[in-house]
Amino acid sequence: MMLAKRSPLQGGPLAYAVLGVATLLFVFPFYWTLVAASRTNSELSGATPAFTPGPNLFHNLGEALQQAAIGTALWNSLLVSGAVTAGVVLSSTLAGFAFAKLRFRGRGLLLAVTVGTMMIPPQLGVIPLFMVVVKMDLQNKLPAVILPSLVSAFGVFFMRQFLIQALPDELIEAGRVDGASALRIFWSIVLPVARPGMAVLGMLTFMATWNDFFWPVVALSSQNPTVQVALKSLGQGYVPDQSVVMAGTLLGTLPVLLVFALLGRQIVGGIMQGAVKG
Amino acid sequence: MAITSPPAPAAGRRPERPAPAGAARRSGPRTAGRLAPYGFVAPFFVLFAAFGLFPLVYTAYVSLHRVELQTSEQMDWLGLQNYTRLFEDPFFWNALGNTFTIGVLSTVPQLLMALGLAHLLNYRLRGRTFFRVAMLMPYATSVAAATLVFAQLFGRDYGLINWVLTSVGVGPVDWQADTWASQFGVSAIVTWRWTGYNALIYLAGMQAIPGELYESAAMDGASRWQQFRHVTIPGLRPTIVFTVVVSTIGATQLFGEPLLYEGNSGGGISHQYQTLGLYMYEQGWSFFHLGRAAAVAWVMFLLIVVLALLNAAIAARRNRTDR
Repeated sequence: MMLAKRSPLQGGPLAYAVLGVATLLFVFPFYWTLVAASRTNSELSGATPAFTPGPNLFHNLGEALQQAAIGTALWNSLLVSGAVTAGVVLSSTLAGFAFAKLRFRGRGLLLAVTVGTMMIPPQLGVIPLFMVVVKMDLQNKLPAVILPSLVSAFGVFFMRQFLIQALPDELIEAGRVDGASALRIFWSIVLPVARPGMAVLGMLTFMATWNDFFWPVVALSSQNPTVQVALKSLGQGYVPDQSVVMAGTLLGTLPVLLVFALLGRQIVGGIMQGAVKG
Repeated sequence: MAITSPPAPAAGRRPERPAPAGAARRSGPRTAGRLAPYGFVAPFFVLFAAFGLFPLVYTAYVSLHRVELQTSEQMDWLGLQNYTRLFEDPFFWNALGNTFTIGVLSTVPQLLMALGLAHLLNYRLRGRTFFRVAMLMPYATSVAAATLVFAQLFGRDYGLINWVLTSVGVGPVDWQADTWASQFGVSAIVTWRWTGYNALIYLAGMQAIPGELYESAAMDGASRWQQFRHVTIPGLRPTIVFTVVVSTIGATQLFGEPLLYEGNSGGGISHQYQTLGLYMYEQGWSFFHLGRAAAVAWVMFLLIVVLALLNAAIAARRNRTDR
């Protein structure tokens, strides 16, 4: 993944200093969320802001769970992100394998269409999508946010790049000589080799889906929200209690941060891998 | 769901001929093997056509009709009227201008900082994995979470940033009501979330540049800065073009940050930071004019196409003059 290529330059103290300051800037808002979520609203609106965590964290978390149905929202987000991740990983591995290793008429054109449409923001189709959802009576229901996200052009491209390198042609040929069907080859040869790529794509997809905002806000109501939709309604009260808002934010961010703490290295590697073009 | 159905129903149990790369396509009865690839790509393309391509094209059709949110079944032909109404609306032009300024305010510093950070991360460093992971953490937050936190940091009366500014004697800034300050605030959220991500993409590009290039540049007496300018930047050009295009597209459809910055779809009291994405949402889901919202969507789409082509043209031109 990351080659152990020796970097051309040795970093000096200045490099550490700049990176250190940047790291502080990147991490501080997380720390501050924790601080604000563990204080009271009046402490937050004092003349001198608080800089260390206080004792009110659990009280505020409880309030947030009550006010914005964050419990339901967390469960909904888990369902949606899980289903979407499974769909994207499976459909991308299938198509990515075909694009990487199989020859068929129209392959170049189909691949060009796939890559080309990566540039089209899905937002722009939101209105017809909304009309379809209303017509299918799916408004405010989870399938409304699951169905449109089950496939991803980026995922197909990512798995293709991965499989071109990871899957030797000889393996597939050996399978064919042994008389395995296409499906069988996919199941017993491609899938095991594809697993590391699928894992990275799965993490990226899970995070992106968990954090998705525009379409869930349009398709779901605050009665049956995902976490992001719930956060929106939490922030829009007439006089929102800031410490409760921050507690909700913490709840919505924590699951992804946990994934990140465990798998940060792999996620970094995955993004860098997906970034190397052509 | 379509995904769970077997991908290649046509694939029989018959042995297939190995098809080494470059082999001539065989004609004959082995249709099973020849259809299998289509089976593999079918789940993707079926769903993609239904939920990706069809809505985009259908948006154009909707934009030519009067469609209201409450009665979205009923569509009355309007021709280009949605578009002409749009171009007569000062709030549309306001949103277009804001999208542009916020886009520049967020994209330019973001990419420049990412470039610098990537350069530093490319040094031999202790704890470089730690720096990389820390840098990517904002990417792991959502628009909603990041915006709520920053909205508080940027608070006028009790915000941390104004507290710092007041303590150093600069005085408080109204980060919500003032036009430039509020646009800066929204841009800061975008920049915070995406700088590390772009830095990693640049880093990946930098690692693909052969080390010998640096060595020979150093032997020719090039300083570090000259190496950066004449080895790193040219080597990164495709990656830079890629990030510029992607960030431009992202900036064009900015939505969550301005929506949650103060919590209304107007984008501030005097629409001072309402973007096109937010304007579209307001037309569709606050004013119930789905047809007009579709027109905004198509204007955004055309804008993105123009910007992407412009980027590509600039990149191609620079390539030619450099070589």
